[in-house]
Amino acid sequence: MTLAVSRRAAMLGAAATSGSLLFAGGQAGAQQKPAELRVGITTFLSGPASVFGVPARQAADLLFEEINKAGGIAGIPVRAFYVDEGPGTDHLVGEYRRLVQNEGVHIVFASISSGSCLACTPLSDEMKKTTLLWDCGTQRIFEEGPHPFAFRTQGYGTPEVLAPLLYLLKHKPDFRSIAVINQDYAWGRDSWELWKAGMDALKPGVRVLAELFPRFNSTDFSTEITRLLALRPDVILSTSWGGELVTLIRQASERKLFDRSLFVLPVAEASLQQLGKAMPQGHVIGARGDHWNNHPKPKDPARFKRFVDTYRAKYNEYPIYPCHHMAQAIAAMQAGIARAVAAKSGGWPNDQELANAFRGLTFDSPTSEITLREDGQGLEDQIVGLSSFTDRFAFAVPKDMVIFPAAMVSTPVGQKSVPWLKSLKTDVLDRMPAPIAG
Amino acid sequence: MSTTVTAPARRVAPIGEALLALLGIAAVILAAWAVPWLKFVLTVALAKGIAVLGILLLLRAGQVSFGHSMFLAIGAYTVAFLAPALPEALLLLPLGAAIAGLFGLVIGLFVVRYRDIFFGMLNLALSMVLYSLLEKLYDLTKGTDGIRVSGLRFAGMTPDLPTQEWVTFGLALGLALLFGLLVRAYLGSPMGQALAGIKTRETRLEFMGVSARRVLLSAYVMSAAMGGIAGTLVAMTSRHVTPQLAYWTSSGELVFIAILGGAGSALGPFLGATAFELVRVYAAAAVADAWQMILGAVLLLVILFAPGGLWGILAGRLGRRR
Amino acid sequence: MGAWFSENGLLIGLALLDGLANAALIFMVAVGLNLVFGVLRIVNVAHGSLFAIGAYAAASLGLFLASLGLPPALGFAALVVAAALVGGILGPLIERLLLRRIYDQEQVLQLLVTFALFMILEDVQKLVWGVQPILQDAPMKLLGTVEVPFGEDTIPFTAYQLFLLPGVAVATLVGLAWFLRRTLTGRVIVAVTTDKEAAMAMGIDAAKVTLLTFTCGAALAALGGALASPTTSLVPGIGAQTIVLSFAVVATAGLGQIEGAAISALMIGLGRSIAVYLAPEFEVVVPYLIMVAVLLVRPQGLFGVPETRRV
Repeated sequence: MTLAVSRRAAMLGAAATSGSLLFAGGQAGAQQKPAELRVGITTFLSGPASVFGVPARQAADLLFEEINKAGGIAGIPVRAFYVDEGPGTDHLVGEYRRLVQNEGVHIVFASISSGSCLACTPLSDEMKKTTLLWDCGTQRIFEEGPHPFAFRTQGYGTPEVLAPLLYLLKHKPDFRSIAVINQDYAWGRDSWELWKAGMDALKPGVRVLAELFPRFNSTDFSTEITRLLALRPDVILSTSWGGELVTLIRQASERKLFDRSLFVLPVAEASLQQLGKAMPQGHVIGARGDHWNNHPKPKDPARFKRFVDTYRAKYNEYPIYPCHHMAQAIAAMQAGIARAVAAKSGGWPNDQELANAFRGLTFDSPTSEITLREDGQGLEDQIVGLSSFTDRFAFAVPKDMVIFPAAMVSTPVGQKSVPWLKSLKTDVLDRMPAPIAG
Repeated sequence: MSTTVTAPARRVAPIGEALLALLGIAAVILAAWAVPWLKFVLTVALAKGIAVLGILLLLRAGQVSFGHSMFLAIGAYTVAFLAPALPEALLLLPLGAAIAGLFGLVIGLFVVRYRDIFFGMLNLALSMVLYSLLEKLYDLTKGTDGIRVSGLRFAGMTPDLPTQEWVTFGLALGLALLFGLLVRAYLGSPMGQALAGIKTRETRLEFMGVSARRVLLSAYVMSAAMGGIAGTLVAMTSRHVTPQLAYWTSSGELVFIAILGGAGSALGPFLGATAFELVRVYAAAAVADAWQMILGAVLLLVILFAPGGLWGILAGRLGRRR
Repeated sequence: MGAWFSENGLLIGLALLDGLANAALIFMVAVGLNLVFGVLRIVNVAHGSLFAIGAYAAASLGLFLASLGLPPALGFAALVVAAALVGGILGPLIERLLLRRIYDQEQVLQLLVTFALFMILEDVQKLVWGVQPILQDAPMKLLGTVEVPFGEDTIPFTAYQLFLLPGVAVATLVGLAWFLRRTLTGRVIVAVTTDKEAAMAMGIDAAKVTLLTFTCGAALAALGGALASPTTSLVPGIGAQTIVLSFAVVATAGLGQIEGAAISALMIGLGRSIAVYLAPEFEVVVPYLIMVAVLLVRPQGLFGVPETRRV
């Protein structure tokens, strides 16, 4: 009885999910051109981070539809298999195995959460499956050991923190005190560690008045705001994102904290549409990359506009940075597969050959050009500016933008971020490009 | 008050139960062999089944712990913390159980004074304390990102990945069998009878000179140790440990599994855990953003229409045939 | 100690002001949970979902009214109307269709039914309202801020959080106490809470009382959510956090205790705020530590009455 039940369940399930073969994993080595390109994508579909995950999936759906209409990649249609990061890491590592062993995906896009990336990347080593880290930011991935099958198709924590820090040092060089209010998890903690290392090297002696790490997913920051109002720091740093950042900005602006302190918000971009006119002007904002809607000189303006317009037409909102990161991962995949197929003069690559094609790959994003370094890390430019309002958008966009070339703000290959940041000299400020009005 | 949950409506002969268990074992091995990734899912299911066995003990006394996954988390973090210094899985397993059992003893001394809702809520509160600490003490635990477990050894050897997966699966299966038999024997023993007495007529138990608290405490410590074993197995399988393991919804899932499987037999938790994990992964694969709703609906249907759980359905069929 | 106090005393004073708003919101949710438990003897895990749905409904209604160009003051009406709608529709639906079937079941099954409902409602929220944060803070903005003196400085607080939230909580407490003690329906509810069998023997229609109580409880949770909505952005997962906190309040208070819920909400709200100043690492643990400490000393909660044990 039990036998029948579980076997039937297993088979029904396998059939229902994919119609795939039970032994799909066994075919991994075969070099026949597949009937479809199977892409496993892990993203948040539930929980608070789904504010990133769902728009990113929407972007992927839209782009895959376009790609398939245009004949697919290397002549075969693309099919996405989405996996929810929401239920937690133990669920996710099982799902990663399912994607590889059961669905027989050819490539995996892994993760918004750094925790998910740290769990999935070793699996990519074990299962020898090319994995594009499409959104997570932890610097630990490539600095704590090599991952021959993993590539990050966007920037990461160090440039995303260093660029706003440099901008602040140029914009308000005389600040003397700072307070931080970050979410209590790896990104919140790590980003502060990175910031502090860089700040102590470039401007020693800044007083840290408070280090606040309210719990992840907090819905109320009233007490923290009261404390910050009483402390009156010159600068307040927050790398928070999503609903928490929206709440923090609303509560803080309502209570005039934005009048007392200059805010530095490196992940603000994704929340600005929600905030609308509620976002105070004149504060330092970042986008985890260079894909601002008012990018002063995108590399391919027509492509940029088309992406934004089709996304808006379909989903009635502007794409946010996770959408762009998804688009980058897809562009990288197209370029990588094209390169791998070309290297086999038209033949289909095996797992190792596919991974080889990504090393040192350069591909175009609508706004710029991204190169995957020899350690797997992508070089994505960063644009930081001051929040302001224009006639074009109903929400804040940056003005006085500085485009930081990725190589300038990224830790060199083989070095670790914190010691590198500690070794920075003030001459880096002199090399900073001039701001563009925007 | 109906007694559908904690006492089987229909008895199944021990032979029948043993046969079912053997069939079940054959089924999971076959499934793990036929569908490689199911091996992972089934290992986790067996591990959770062991934890749910612990819940079963408490259910027999009429008590529901809505914080039991804290012991699972303790076992898992034991592996995460100790693995770098002590990578031997065969030592980590008993250690995880012992440490969880120890916590169970300390916490148990306190919570066995309470009954019903208070018992459940206290367990919930304590598990949330653990969850918050695991999440907050970032320097120690790496917070919500969790700790990766790597470089485990089995009896001094470091097998390649597929072998390691089979070894963990085998360990889980063996331990499931062992604890299943143990719980079965325990429930049949005078201690187990006394446990049932707490549920029905606690004061009468005390008249007979049996200390209800002591009876409940021993069950609590056992269930905590089983939670610990389950946690070490989960950590060895997923090889990544996060505070989420201790969140109250995870505890809710364990109780969910207990009811889904049915509390009438030591087989129930494993039936429940397997069904739960399969529904979860297939629901998540089919409708990635509504899997919770599907699980919730399954739970509702089971409670409303088959309160004896999967075991109850099975036992009913078998009983009718005879 | 003296020096420390002069330095931090003022700050702690500020923390108390923050804690008050916090306590008011927790109270609104917990009191509904406690009321429901008193009559139905069910700990409703889905109570947190009703909080979340109340919040979402209030924000949607507020945004809708604003989009019609109606005066923002109507936002306050939106809060109350949304809470009444959610409580008045979902409450009876849940009680009639679901809970009614399990009153004679074991506690664990009752608990799990509401847990299953919680899981379903979590996804329903996502399907209805999506996952992007929703915000509607017009009511908070409308009331403006109040400058609270702080040494030489002043600290702006929102009048909404400083006055309105605690005000509504006190009004709810007083209103509920009056309703339960002075009206016939209220007394009937109290009678069922105290001794269901005796009440039924005296001819009280228990079915009607449970329906009424559950609807009230649901409306209170929804009102708590609606009141919270202007101060926060609504995202998936707010229900799960709220419910564990209300559990702590209810267990600390003693089951079925209305005034007790107010006092323990106050303890927990203030405790959390003070922790943010003194030991921010432990802020999240404070509610549970308070609960555990109270139950160590008073096993039935602060105001609970020990139940007679079955013989």
